[in-house]
Amino acid sequence: MSAAPEHAPTMAQATLAERIAPHMPVLLVPLLALAGFVAIMNPASWLTLTVSGLAMGMMIFLMASGLTLVFGLMDVINFGHGAFVSVGAFIGITVLTELGHMTATPSLMLNLGAVLLAVLGAMVATELRGGAFEKVIVAPVYGHHLKQILVTMGGLIVVEQLIIVLWGPEEIYFNRPEALKGAITFAGAAIEKFRLVAVVVGLVVFGLMRWVLRRTKIGLIVRAGVENGEMVEALGYRLKLVFVGVFIAGSALAGLGGVMWALYQEVITAHMGNHDMILIFIVVIIGGLGSVEGCFFGALLVGLMQNYIAFIEPKAALISNIALMVTILMWRPMGMIPVVKAK
Amino acid sequence: MIRSLLSGDLPRSLPLALILGGILICLALAPFLFPGVRTVDTAARICIFIVLVASYDLLLGYGGIVSFAHTMFFGIGAYGVALTSTHMGRGFDAIAIGSLAGAGLAAALALLIGLFSLRVRAIFFAMITLAVASAVAVLVSQLSGLTGGEDGLAFKTPRALGPALKFGPENFGGTLFGVKLNGKLLAYYFVFIGALVLFLALLRVVNSPFGRVLQASRENDFRAESIGYRVVYYRVAATCLSAAVAALAGSLYAVWLRYVGPDTVLSMELMIDILLMVVIGGMGTLYGAMIGATLFVLAQNYLQNLMGAASGLVEGLPILPELLSADRWLLWLGVLFILSVYFFPTGVVGRLRGNR
Repeated sequence: MSAAPEHAPTMAQATLAERIAPHMPVLLVPLLALAGFVAIMNPASWLTLTVSGLAMGMMIFLMASGLTLVFGLMDVINFGHGAFVSVGAFIGITVLTELGHMTATPSLMLNLGAVLLAVLGAMVATELRGGAFEKVIVAPVYGHHLKQILVTMGGLIVVEQLIIVLWGPEEIYFNRPEALKGAITFAGAAIEKFRLVAVVVGLVVFGLMRWVLRRTKIGLIVRAGVENGEMVEALGYRLKLVFVGVFIAGSALAGLGGVMWALYQEVITAHMGNHDMILIFIVVIIGGLGSVEGCFFGALLVGLMQNYIAFIEPKAALISNIALMVTILMWRPMGMIPVVKAK
Repeated sequence: MIRSLLSGDLPRSLPLALILGGILICLALAPFLFPGVRTVDTAARICIFIVLVASYDLLLGYGGIVSFAHTMFFGIGAYGVALTSTHMGRGFDAIAIGSLAGAGLAAALALLIGLFSLRVRAIFFAMITLAVASAVAVLVSQLSGLTGGEDGLAFKTPRALGPALKFGPENFGGTLFGVKLNGKLLAYYFVFIGALVLFLALLRVVNSPFGRVLQASRENDFRAESIGYRVVYYRVAATCLSAAVAALAGSLYAVWLRYVGPDTVLSMELMIDILLMVVIGGMGTLYGAMIGATLFVLAQNYLQNLMGAASGLVEGLPILPELLSADRWLLWLGVLFILSVYFFPTGVVGRLRGNR
């Protein structure tokens, strides 16, 4: 009888690539910014573009986060999400125009107050509408992707047309509040004030979302629900209610994103939500359907990419995002941070 | 004979057979039954949309795949003919090369998109096609040197398809049953026969074993895979096929209009129209495409007048005139669309066949 082979376990040192891989999505953002710097070779314009890219990314994140969570939690894909963006923008801008006396003065506090009121109005309106949309449009077609896509698309058409009925078919131009107009100069680069506000708002919302999802009980239920809904229900939680809550919160975030986007563009049309849907979908896909972090980094990548390319070669801007999506899908077919489903 | 022409897929319902026969006869004899520039134009549009919607139904109804890039393929076909006719001069060779190139390009693009998205998740496909289609629409309106930008391209088709050509025996005065025998009539029949052939070919495809596998993968892709069919291949093949047919329909449209532009062949509105036609007619059966396209195009042409009249009636009331004005017909179609997805998922054809 031969002796048992000597037991000599070896701890394979993870290679550098293996250790970096989990953090790649986070690292991609600075990498892209660096690549942009190399391609542009002009620190001032690079800074301007980076800030506006980050601002754009934050706004797209606001609009996309609701969509990705709703999908992750209930497997519901909402093509009518863009309608929330439009409704939010229209309500917000209407409130802002009503508060003309507050926005016309250059006082930062009054201006921010007006914007805050507009945002609140938009969020309440989109919340209500989100609840109604969920009840009327989405609830009857759970678990049926094809019908969901069709029905929510129909909902999008109806809402767009209703906006036209209520506000008229023309584009509405308006002015930003005084204190948010103009730019500040930093290291030779002109940075629009509003973009800084957008970056701050985006970061705050992302931080809040992460805190809710990671540190609170409701966040725990939501995360567990994304991973294995049946198990959560078996433990006695009514996931349906949680889902409706998430849907409404997502709609409110889309409304907030809509107001920010409207203030950024200084023009609103009934079709704006539908246009933004394209960017939102790209972000949600490259982030990984259902992942909030993926959505955040995806949005930043798309925002930066769009701004750099628009500066270097304007005509390629839209194509660049598709190229980004294709590249990322080749690298990780399920998106940058795929959501693991225990099913 | 009829059975083999229809590939064994008979209407299976008397009212349905009567309606389909009626549509076929009306379209076949449209220039004689309804002489008039506008009505013949409507009939040609119906023919083309029947093919376009049928090719979309191959994806949506048979494959269960939602695509938002169908107008893109339609547009590729249309621009193919427009570009070759502009650069090679008027002629049937230009039309043939243009439509073949368009169909080939559309199929290749569909293959690419399909390989990227269908391999992972069918739902990605809907989003990615939406993104790609809008990017292409923007690209077409920006590359004005090649595509004419927003203005589009007006071009000449062969003389034989234009109103300048007169034919027929002299003693009739160039008319038959009071209809002028000119190239426009030939153009209509060019479109009609092209559409008929494409439709019958599609009918052949969906009733082949290939079509059955596609239906199986729609109902339960996991089970279809377990029986041994690579669902992805079938889905990608269906995407390519439907893209190629859509491109050919686009070529017919370009030949008929002698004009292409982003608004007429690439717009998102057109995509929504196609969706509505498929759902109203009935998903999962090509006859649904026939009925849906006919109803929709007729409604598009004549319902708007009706709504205008209705809005005139309620003038003075708040909001109502706005809701009923002719420009808001998409609103009512959207409502109709949602209701029909809920309550008539099988559409007009499903109702007539008494499935549910």
